[in-house]
Amino acid sequence: MSDQRLLSRVAESLYWIGRYVERADGTARIINAYIHRIAEDPFGDAEQACRALFAILGVTLEDDEPATTDVVLDGLVFSRDSPSAIAGSLRAAYENARRSREVISSEMWVCINRTHDELPVRQIDAQKVGAASYFRFVSDRAAQFSGLSDATISHDEGWHFLVLGRSIERIDMTCRLLDAQLVGLHSSPDWLTLLRAAGAMESYLRESHGSASAESLASFLLLDRLFPRSVFHSLNVADNSLEELTYSHSRVGDTSNARRTIGRARNRLEYSDSHTLVAELPELLDFLEQTCASANDEITTRYFRQVIAEPWATERGV
Amino acid sequence: MGMGPSHVEIDPKVAWDEVFSAPGKPRPIYRKVVDEIGRYGEGELQNRFDQLGRTFRERGVTFAHDGEERPFPLDLIPRIISAVEWDTLASGIRQRVLALEAFLGDVYQKGVCFDDGVIPRHLITSSQHFCREAVGIVPSNSPRITVSGVDLIRDEEGHFRVLEDNLRIPSGVSYVIENRRAMTQSFGSLFSNQRVHPVDEYPQRLLAALRRSAPEEVRDPTVVVLTPGVHNAAYFEHVLLARLMGVELVEGSDLVTVGNRVQLRTTEGERPVHVIYRRVDDEWLDPVHFRPDSLIGVAGVVNAARANTVTIANALGNGVADDKLIYTFVPDLIRYYRNEEPILKNVESYRLDDPEIFNDVIGRLGQFVVKPVDGSGGKGIVIGPQAEEETLLALRKDVEANPRGYIAQRPVALSTLPTYVDGKLAPRHVDLRPFAINDGRDVWVLPGGLTRVALPEGALVVNSSQGGGSKDTWVLASPETFEDAPAMRTNGYHPRPAANAIMRQVDPRHPSEAEQ
Repeated sequence: MSDQRLLSRVAESLYWIGRYVERADGTARIINAYIHRIAEDPFGDAEQACRALFAILGVTLEDDEPATTDVVLDGLVFSRDSPSAIAGSLRAAYENARRSREVISSEMWVCINRTHDELPVRQIDAQKVGAASYFRFVSDRAAQFSGLSDATISHDEGWHFLVLGRSIERIDMTCRLLDAQLVGLHSSPDWLTLLRAAGAMESYLRESHGSASAESLASFLLLDRLFPRSVFHSLNVADNSLEELTYSHSRVGDTSNARRTIGRARNRLEYSDSHTLVAELPELLDFLEQTCASANDEITTRYFRQVIAEPWATERGV
Repeated sequence: MGMGPSHVEIDPKVAWDEVFSAPGKPRPIYRKVVDEIGRYGEGELQNRFDQLGRTFRERGVTFAHDGEERPFPLDLIPRIISAVEWDTLASGIRQRVLALEAFLGDVYQKGVCFDDGVIPRHLITSSQHFCREAVGIVPSNSPRITVSGVDLIRDEEGHFRVLEDNLRIPSGVSYVIENRRAMTQSFGSLFSNQRVHPVDEYPQRLLAALRRSAPEEVRDPTVVVLTPGVHNAAYFEHVLLARLMGVELVEGSDLVTVGNRVQLRTTEGERPVHVIYRRVDDEWLDPVHFRPDSLIGVAGVVNAARANTVTIANALGNGVADDKLIYTFVPDLIRYYRNEEPILKNVESYRLDDPEIFNDVIGRLGQFVVKPVDGSGGKGIVIGPQAEEETLLALRKDVEANPRGYIAQRPVALSTLPTYVDGKLAPRHVDLRPFAINDGRDVWVLPGGLTRVALPEGALVVNSSQGGGSKDTWVLASPETFEDAPAMRTNGYHPRPAANAIMRQVDPRHPSEAEQ
């Protein structure tokens, strides 16, 4: 790693670009899979499914508000103001990219800038030919951005913040998905929806050799070592980036809190028993969601806000 | 089977209209769709149509014809079947498949039906698709007809009739899956307030049936899809099925037979294969037994099947029941093996190997549809009333030379559905190919199936190779299934109580945060 230190402000922007682009992509996958299912499933309760979407994506919908596909599209897809919606995430990614233009490559900037610019037009198209075209656009651009990040800038400190943000968001996303679908795993078509939403359809089917079950699906999305969207894999990637980011600081015993938090979660998954996984899932998902929240705070404290935050925290603690 | 009929003309006006019972008066099951489509402006209809086409091109939904990949056009207007009618159709298909299963078992084992005089033995042995190599191969654990695609048409009175049975390697189910996908994505609004049976469980059903058909001692069977390769017309389908089942798609050269066991060549050496869902015709399957020049087959696979170390699905020799002359006997076979009256009728057909019928028909072939008994894909079919004089003369010569090789049928005006052609909706003839899977315990019929539509005006041959397109096919769920279902299904969606939604983390500088 080079000696050139990165500004905290810029590091923070890169971390959040990673998170928001991943969030837009994940949200697009999830909503696309659900809307497809709602249209296809003659027995499903569309209202319930739409409510589930709001819960998965962490947006409060009061019980007396109606939940329809249109409400989903307005609130979770096209809203520019909500950081949980696709357009909102991409806008936030764009705002962060503006603050870090000097460190990202011009190709990355053009990708994010164009994507942000085109959203209103894509929204109009979506209203003409169906929202699927919008989701495809978002996922394509997210993939393009991710490819450009990997191929057009040095894999230095800044890049590790991008990757770190992407990984933590991915863990959060997969947990949310499993959380809402947990009980439904037993009625067959719904795990197909879950697989599609996680972008895991083909990989899982090949891996499970036709013995698809709630257990094997949950352990695939949580524990698989090779699937890039599994929680275990993402924890590994995050851990690796944190290691690189910590290493330059000191040579002895300087494991950051964030790295400890991620490492603990990784170990728990590494040694968990896939047979009892489904039974302990609710508790495990809470634990993982907590892990993401803590890691986020610890990364913020350690890398982005250390100077101001620490003395205040100590004093208040006394 | 009576003497020849007197129908001559195929009048499109007498065809059954699937959508409208009278001009401007849609049948109840089509009302919502007609209303919805009626709301679209002309431009919007074209937009949606283009969007469907784009989706298909992007996903590579094509069929190969004359060495060229062509899209298989999907029409905007779905074909709808009511719950009640579907129940009858599904029972009819189940009955037919089970009777044919019993018949094939009988043909390749004891041949009791010949002794009982249900069908003459010489018809079997003279059939192009009778497969001597299959005699004595008794699948220990599997049906002979794992997958079937019985072609149906709706006649002028609105009754479904069986046009032909496809018990070898029926194709088209990939279009059913892709059509639905494209329709829900581009046309979601059509589905709102309609309870349409989903079609996406097909691959898992097929995989379960294939796994069950594995040789008995195998606990965790390896299933593969065997394709003739990338130049095959249905290659797209082979890929899709392998992908959705999560199994290996193999070509003949990926398999090798060692000591009567079929092995898959992998980077880590050879791995045993237990079930081959083959999409390769009998005659190309095994160069040891059939065409020695076949490069797409697997040498020794037939012996392995005989030794019961591998299951070939569908079984060898099923083609004999696809023979169109045998087809004319199927109603009798249903009565004989199932002891039931056929639920689905055949199209009125005439056996030209019967001299009396031959003499009656041969002079007026122009009044019939004449089909070669071993053809598929619409090849060689002559629609008498639409045929040129020369074609009929040539046909007459062929039939005189080989009466066993042809049957004659009453020309049926296939039912019609409005179809979007050249920027306008106009009636076009359709058929229906439902797909059925027999897992050895039960026959499951995929709700709906492939509706093929003949795009040229007045055309009656719907095959993709003859300029056909297709339509998404909806089976509406019955109110009863619906009543039972919510309790079962809604637990698929278990939202946290709204108050417990875990908020997303946001960067501290997020605009919406700053405003608060």
